[in-house]
Amino acid sequence: MNGPGPNETAMRKAEPRAERADGAPSAPPGRSTGEVLLAVENVSLRFGGVKAISDVSFDIRKGEVRAIIGPNGAGKTSMLNVINGFYHPQDGRITFKGETRSKMRPSVAAAQGIARTFQNVALFKGMTTLDNIMTGRALKMRRGFFWQLWRHGPAMAEEVEHRKFVEEIIDFLDIEAVRKVPVGKLPYGLQKRVELGRALAMEPELLLLDEPMAGMNLEEKEDMCRFILDVNNEFGTTVALIEHDMGVVMDLSDRVVVLEYGRKIADGTPDEVKRDQKVIDAYLGVAH
Amino acid sequence: MTILYAIFVDPFVQMAGAPDLLVQALWDGLVSGVLYALIALGFVLIFKASGVFNFAQGIMVVFAALTLVGLHEKGVPAFLALALTVAVMFVLAVGVERVVLRPLVNQPDIILFIATFGLTYFLIGFGELIFGGNPKAMITDQLFLPRGVVDVPMLGGMVSFQKIDIAAAIIASLMVAGLAVFFQNTRIGRALRAVADSHKAALSVGISLNQIWVIVWFAAGLVALAAGIMWGARSEVSFALEIIALKALPVLVLGGLTSVPGAIIGGLIIGVGEKLGEFYWGPLVGGGIESWLAYFIALAVLLVRPQGLFGEKIIERI
Amino acid sequence: MLYRETGQFKTTYAADMAVFPLRQDRIGLAVILAAALTLPFVAGEYMLSAVMIPLLIFALATIGLNLLVGYTGLLSLGTAGFMGVGAYACYKLTTFFPDVNIVVWILVSGFFSAGVGALFGLPSLRIKGFYLAVATLAAQFFLQWCFTRIPWLYNNNISGAIEVPGRTLFGEFVTGPNASAEMRYLVVLAVVALLTWIASNLVHGRIGRSWMAVRDMDIAAELIGIRLLPTKLLAFAVSSFYCGVAGALMVFLWYGSAEPEVFSINQSFLILFMVIIGGLGSLIGSFFGAALIYVLPIALKAVPPLFGLSIAAATVEHMTFMIVGALIIGFLIAEPHGLARLWQTGKQKLRTWPFPY
Repeated sequence: MNGPGPNETAMRKAEPRAERADGAPSAPPGRSTGEVLLAVENVSLRFGGVKAISDVSFDIRKGEVRAIIGPNGAGKTSMLNVINGFYHPQDGRITFKGETRSKMRPSVAAAQGIARTFQNVALFKGMTTLDNIMTGRALKMRRGFFWQLWRHGPAMAEEVEHRKFVEEIIDFLDIEAVRKVPVGKLPYGLQKRVELGRALAMEPELLLLDEPMAGMNLEEKEDMCRFILDVNNEFGTTVALIEHDMGVVMDLSDRVVVLEYGRKIADGTPDEVKRDQKVIDAYLGVAH
Repeated sequence: MTILYAIFVDPFVQMAGAPDLLVQALWDGLVSGVLYALIALGFVLIFKASGVFNFAQGIMVVFAALTLVGLHEKGVPAFLALALTVAVMFVLAVGVERVVLRPLVNQPDIILFIATFGLTYFLIGFGELIFGGNPKAMITDQLFLPRGVVDVPMLGGMVSFQKIDIAAAIIASLMVAGLAVFFQNTRIGRALRAVADSHKAALSVGISLNQIWVIVWFAAGLVALAAGIMWGARSEVSFALEIIALKALPVLVLGGLTSVPGAIIGGLIIGVGEKLGEFYWGPLVGGGIESWLAYFIALAVLLVRPQGLFGEKIIERI
Repeated sequence: MLYRETGQFKTTYAADMAVFPLRQDRIGLAVILAAALTLPFVAGEYMLSAVMIPLLIFALATIGLNLLVGYTGLLSLGTAGFMGVGAYACYKLTTFFPDVNIVVWILVSGFFSAGVGALFGLPSLRIKGFYLAVATLAAQFFLQWCFTRIPWLYNNNISGAIEVPGRTLFGEFVTGPNASAEMRYLVVLAVVALLTWIASNLVHGRIGRSWMAVRDMDIAAELIGIRLLPTKLLAFAVSSFYCGVAGALMVFLWYGSAEPEVFSINQSFLILFMVIIGGLGSLIGSFFGAALIYVLPIALKAVPPLFGLSIAAATVEHMTFMIVGALIIGFLIAEPHGLARLWQTGKQKLRTWPFPY
């Protein structure tokens, strides 16, 4: 919208990405292997008579950062909801890790390694930071009900093992100080960070971030950008994010898909998308 | 086989064999349905305007009736007692607004719901403390309500209509019509609907929430008084009526919490359903199924339509 | 000054995750348990059978309901019905198998209650909030109807009530008219302590976290892989197990006989109030809540005569209703987390005393 933000240089840390800016725009992104992790094909979603998404197809490649942008009400969040199975589309197919389905189910999505953060923070408000992130380990914990009755021995050993993993995430996100604070009492920026931590605790292959930087100040945004890049670089997690800050989108992402009124109007590298006439019209309006 | 026959065939054979009894059961069911609807209407009023699921509505019915009868017992003339009861209901509305709603504004719905449990217990204790716990007779004659039976020969038998039931049906219909007009066509009615949609937006255009709440709770109190007089005339006035008042809850969820027509139709369905169920199927399991049938009817509907028959479908957003 | 964590370092995660990480808390718990065990030797018959036994039983039922309402966020008004299932199941079991120890049957009867609870919990997948509360009323009224109308459940007694037979433990009567208050108290104490400990294990581990996740934000919980139906049904089952055991204890070790009226809707409300006043989502609060609401009418009866006032039994009952109602509203306004939060605040004050900054 207003070009790269002032924070551009602070965020631009990954080397391959910097090289790409002057290279051929169509070249495959540095860390992406090119293998398709998730593909949505011809997805349409209606609520009664309202069309939220019509006939949208795009894919997400393994290892890339994929941005979904578009004006308000373009169907971005609905798209994420379709991907992790909270909404069921009327038409279309979703292929994740080679398995094609007409709709996802939340439990399947979670078990297959799709994690998610939310536009309006959806943390468990009554629980502490630690417990929130521990909850992200729910699928990894195996000790059944009868072991849990007796919280010592194997069940406790398992708790400790997962606690270690969670402590690494807490360390990574720099939130040690609020470990035992109920998340409802944390400031907004920290809540977003805890939410990212909870998603990371699932060890996802695909991380869906719904406006991870909404309502943050510059410093918090920079931190969050760093976390996203680190997650992508260090753990090799594929990231799909919705974001309104164009500077962030252009810097972070390898490829961008643009939605407007539930339709896809552009798809490509940040540079391609930036030059696309339809995208410019959608954002700036067009003279009739 | 005999069981299947007893459940699926025999009741209908009975219905066809004695149509006058069927009409009688239908009428009885309709009348209790109208009264359930009247109680449920009070719930809907309050829920629409303040988002509070007022569990105490049923108790307000008994409390209003008890106040009326209790005042008369203490020597107040019938119509003065009626006026005083109306005044008491107004004081109650103001009190609830001051003491319960205002401090709890913006709390989660479930907290307000539980607060109305507290109100329920408070009203039971308060009512019994002042007027005593013994059942009392409604002052039917003093209020010039009709008494007696009209027997109408019909379908080869005799169907009897209690005059008080006929009066109840008429009064309830008038109240519903009046409320509908009030909601649609007056300034306060519009404000009520605005508050129901969004507290904050209503505040921002200068509607006084506190005033609106007092008005709806008072209106719900009046509806409760009417329902209380009718129920009281049919049986007697005591807090044992509470169990009957609880029946308005399935009526409510059946119709959908925000729908006035839903409350009425829900009331009729439950009223007729449980009378027919009790009359024709009850004997199979030893009777008394009236105590839970209403809840099962509501439960069955909720499983198919979680928002009730007339409620708006909720699309969850995240 | 004595109550603080200074100098107590946690060197393992296990120590950090203990239920009572503070040494002073552990000592306090030990003292309370020791006091509870010595009580039968110092307290009189009235204290044990009219105060302590009911209080512990109500606390157990309150814990059960708290697991459902406070931890999982599912409002139930069918508590008394589930308690009744426990009581009647225990009665039938000990009728059929009189030789098996009654304490075993009291615990086993909880499983019957758990099954019925899970069955009535099924609608919770589709309906929530007020709607679910109304749906649980179906359980309450249906179960109470069963207790009245199915004579088999009360062995066809003409009175329509359960008459608890005498059963022994270690050669002493624990149920029936010949059981001593001390014996009954000790059995109740043991059962309640055991089940409280288990509840504490559950809520501090994986299962408790998934319950609270469902309570706080069910959609997010579902998207991180917590399956809602099994989690909610487990909450219903465990909650009903506790209520069922409490119901069996109530009839066998407290009342000695019971009519269906014992398991009426008012009992359900009473236990819900104990949960709210004690504190939603707190085990220790369940004890506080049960104590406050159960002791209130006793205190109302006992205190005015001390000042030379006489107060009629009916008036006490009416005043109890009023005060309980007012307490509910008052707590929701002033301290929605109940007595448990007051307790926490008190402990926090004590921790920093005498230098609060």
